[in-house]
Amino acid sequence: MSTYLLSQISGVFIGGAAGYLGTLMLSRRMALVAGPLGHLTLPGIALALIWGLDVSVGAFPFVILGVVLIWLLEMKTKLPMEALTALVFASGVAIAFLFLPMDQAETALVGDISKADVRGTALSVIASLAIILTLRRAYPRMILGNISEELAAAEGINVKRYNFLYLFLIAVIVALGVKMVGGLLTAALVAIPPSAARNVSRNLKQYALGSTAIGAGSAVLGIVLSQVVGFPAGPLIILVSTMIFLFTLPFAR
Amino acid sequence: MAHNDEQVLQVSDLNVTLEGQTVLENLSFTVRRGEVMTILGPNGAGKTMLLRALLGTLPYEGQITWKKDIRIGYVPQRLPYIKNTPLSVADFFALRRSSGADVDEMLHAVGLGAEAGKKRIGDFSSGQFQRILIAWALAKDADVLLFDEPTTGIDIGGEETVYGLLARLQLERNLTMLIVTHDLAVVHRLSSMVLCLNRELVCMGPPLSTLTPENLQRLYGTEVKFYEHKHQ
Repeated sequence: MSTYLLSQISGVFIGGAAGYLGTLMLSRRMALVAGPLGHLTLPGIALALIWGLDVSVGAFPFVILGVVLIWLLEMKTKLPMEALTALVFASGVAIAFLFLPMDQAETALVGDISKADVRGTALSVIASLAIILTLRRAYPRMILGNISEELAAAEGINVKRYNFLYLFLIAVIVALGVKMVGGLLTAALVAIPPSAARNVSRNLKQYALGSTAIGAGSAVLGIVLSQVVGFPAGPLIILVSTMIFLFTLPFAR
Repeated sequence: MAHNDEQVLQVSDLNVTLEGQTVLENLSFTVRRGEVMTILGPNGAGKTMLLRALLGTLPYEGQITWKKDIRIGYVPQRLPYIKNTPLSVADFFALRRSSGADVDEMLHAVGLGAEAGKKRIGDFSSGQFQRILIAWALAKDADVLLFDEPTTGIDIGGEETVYGLLARLQLERNLTMLIVTHDLAVVHRLSSMVLCLNRELVCMGPPLSTLTPENLQRLYGTEVKFYEHKHQ
């Protein structure tokens, strides 16, 4: 199978899963969290590039470490979440630049999906599908938990369990996303598609489906454009979704 | 009705500590079926914390025992995050695991038309939104409603007030209600029992015999003078 086709397959699945999960993050005002977490994966990406591993495999332990660190520091210090996030992610970037091979810096920062191989693509597809299927099952309960933990609790929903699941899914999508758009742009993958979808949605179904479709469509178009103009796919994917967002603006309510 | 003596909630020696501060101290009370209990107290008295402990979203010490298989509906004060998600009223009801009654019927019961189901949650006024929340809480055939500070003064003349609505629903459905408020008028008009709370139990009983000037003085400290002047 050609590398181009493999990169398109990865793109559709990662973009779609990110768009879907993004609908939850946006409604919780947590869309930006994916940014710092993406930055934090840079040391992992650097290691993966040095050792010739799949970028997502290198990134994943670092996202998990980041989530745990932020959570522990918040419990310990009660500092605002954004201060802790800044502290943790800036440290991640700083460490990465100590040993990131400079000729591969672009791959680490803005991603490189054009080198997709069969194993990496299979990993992306399976992990993205797992995210999508998990979300489909848990979506109503997670939306309710987003709206109000008390309402969810009165429904007998174990809010803590779903919060944990939610953070875990974010960690997975960030690790997948950095392969496609690099450590710098992951926030856009989960923030822009749901923002565009929200502008034009009247109900929850339109919102979730719309965001998934915009995420997947932006990835496909971005990768096509990358073939045509020769720029890296990562920034183009983000710019395509930005364009879609701009098109939805007149319909925003 | 004999079954009205049935106990639906027993709280004994409830203690809640948040970040090293005691929020509720040695609180004990029982609630019987069909009873409307108002929880009255100054700001920061722990009223909302009590509701959250009853819902199980707050760590506590002591015992909170609900009757087995009781269905609890919760009406929050407001839901600031709900407008972040594009949600029709029908979507909002579909978030429940099992809606006992159908949506149109519930909306009708709280005085909203069936066409409200298709509208976006964000498009309702705060008064209408509170009705939607009540309908939502009742949709599971709730036996008990926990109500956090119904907003006052949101109904325009001629319409049924939220209090009128609650009184009617209580009669129609033999609901048990726990209503957090700091509005004395609500206490007198709606409730059969009042629990005065200021971190610990200050007084409890039927409103008329319980809300004596002495007890109000104990509950609010100097603030009670302000109340007396206000109503003269």
